[in-house]
Amino acid sequence: MSGYLSGVLAIFCINLIFAYGIFVTAAAGQINLGGAGFQAIGAYAAGWLGSTMGTPIWFSIVAAALIAALVGFLISFPVLRTRGVYMVLATFAFGEVVAGFLLHTDVFGGAMGMVVPLHVELWVLVVSSIAVTLVAFYLMATRLGLSMRAVNDDEDAAIVMGVNVRAVQVAAFTIGGAFTGLSGALYALNFGFVEAQYFNALLSIYILLYVLIGGTQTAWGPLAGTVFFTMLPELFRVGGSARYLIFGILIVLMMALRPEGIITRGLVRGLSFRGGARGG
Amino acid sequence: MTGFAARDKGLGGHSRNADAPDPRRTRRRGGKRLARAMSDPTGVAAARISLPAPAIAAAILVVLIGLGVAIGGKVIAHQVVSGLLLGAIYMTVAVAFTLTIGVLNFLNFTIPTLFMLTGMAAWGLLSGGYLTLAGRGAWLAALAIGVAVAVIASLVVERFTFRYLKMKHGDATEHAIPLVSSLGFLIIFENLVLITLGSDSQRFAVPFAADLHVAGIVVGVPQLVSCVLAVAVVAALSFVLKRTKVGRALRTIAENPDTASLLGVDVGRVVPVVFILTGLLAGVAGALFTVNYGDVSPFMGDNVGTKAIAAMVLGGVGSIWGAIAGGLVVGLAETLSIQFFGGDSVAMTVWGLVLVIIVLRPKGLFGGAPIGKGKM
Repeated sequence: MSGYLSGVLAIFCINLIFAYGIFVTAAAGQINLGGAGFQAIGAYAAGWLGSTMGTPIWFSIVAAALIAALVGFLISFPVLRTRGVYMVLATFAFGEVVAGFLLHTDVFGGAMGMVVPLHVELWVLVVSSIAVTLVAFYLMATRLGLSMRAVNDDEDAAIVMGVNVRAVQVAAFTIGGAFTGLSGALYALNFGFVEAQYFNALLSIYILLYVLIGGTQTAWGPLAGTVFFTMLPELFRVGGSARYLIFGILIVLMMALRPEGIITRGLVRGLSFRGGARGG
Repeated sequence: MTGFAARDKGLGGHSRNADAPDPRRTRRRGGKRLARAMSDPTGVAAARISLPAPAIAAAILVVLIGLGVAIGGKVIAHQVVSGLLLGAIYMTVAVAFTLTIGVLNFLNFTIPTLFMLTGMAAWGLLSGGYLTLAGRGAWLAALAIGVAVAVIASLVVERFTFRYLKMKHGDATEHAIPLVSSLGFLIIFENLVLITLGSDSQRFAVPFAADLHVAGIVVGVPQLVSCVLAVAVVAALSFVLKRTKVGRALRTIAENPDTASLLGVDVGRVVPVVFILTGLLAGVAGALFTVNYGDVSPFMGDNVGTKAIAAMVLGGVGSIWGAIAGGLVVGLAETLSIQFFGGDSVAMTVWGLVLVIIVLRPKGLFGGAPIGKGKM
């Protein structure tokens, strides 16, 4: 496999895991525009543990995901006091605070970034992204996943039906934090270098768009969105700005024509062999 | 995506209220104030509502400046002045943000690019030699056209994010769909400029550069003029909102679009006004920024845009006076924290404060009256 292709594949795997992290919260009706903050926490946690503490690779990855999950758990309580536009603003502010903190903290290299001496091979990324995808599908099929969808569709109806809305939302933030942190850890360990500037607001925006364009109704959404937006430009071989221009136009068109995203429940139901009665 | 819509309408009543941090606790009866806004052509009530905010903001600013000057002397006084001048730009952009949220409940992410479009379009016209007829006033003509470009771009955004969606899906006031669409436009505009005008930072020469010396503090004339102009634009907007027919219509839509429609406000024709005003505010801010700092780049809007969002939240989302106070405070905080703690500290301080404010006091620091009913 050529270096170029493996680079594309690595970014694809990392973005896919990241997208599932954002998807889990979005599926429960919360928009998280601070994803890069969670990813940065995972990346710096894995990098710092590996280089300073000398922990083994697997431990660094797991610990980074757990730390990001813990942050997601803790931040969910204040953030869940807000809704709609306010939640977008609050999560956006969270991402900015994390980036600002990392940029300003000398232990983590500050603006110079941090070199990570450990390295994971590409296959770890591929396996992880497949595993996360499967976990997300499983999650959406469980009772928790059903509750998340209920909360997304109609919070008050969910309350009436006995769903503990707050618990579901906190769980979504925690699981989302874990996935996003995992993607950060894999990024740090695969590329061997992290800098705070990478985890900027634009990254959060792009990944959120992958998820919303892909569709938040089923676990197929993030997969479709990430494939669509990382693979399509590679196929067309257009570079730089033209590629983002197409991206922007596609987003506007999607929102105008099919605001539920590429993959919807109806579509999945239509394609499955089980027919309409039970469909997801 | 439709899920967001469904959820927010759950409890009945005004779906727009549901964006508040806790609608069950803070739901207010909009009817009384709506009636007042409609039956109050002089706008006295609105003026009364928003009176304390500017007073508080002014008092805080005076105290801050006084403290700074008393402790730090001339250096600090200079930083305070340049902070306020920078704050005037943030303030104008923050008012653009707060207006769209206040009236339409829509976080318009294209505002930073409208800001940038003005500067880059003006530079493109000047450097392309399209304005030689205008002679010495070419730079002014370029900036005026730049502002017009921003207004037109803003109307394009309206066409595709708001009007179209409204026709097709009924309720476009739900935040998620227009928000995502505006992010799409952010990407489109930025990359259009990158393709046509390049990614480099460009020099925008302005024929005057005189400095004014007031009590030993150096103040650039362009900065001073732009500060005055920014304040004038915002004051004019405030007047429009309070005293004119279209302003009253806008405030009624902000209270509740359905009721506004019932009361005879042509919502479809008034909403574009918001986007014209947004383009105008962002464009004027962009022009002032260009004149002040003498250079433009495709990314000039990013920093100003995020700072303006921070300013809006600090002052209170949906409140014009809050945006003004917030803009000045963020400008001051920026120059002062660069003076004391170095350049990188600004983002963390400002955004940390924003996070705390959103969670604990979504009304904002200054608690100014929102354009419509309390969305807090």
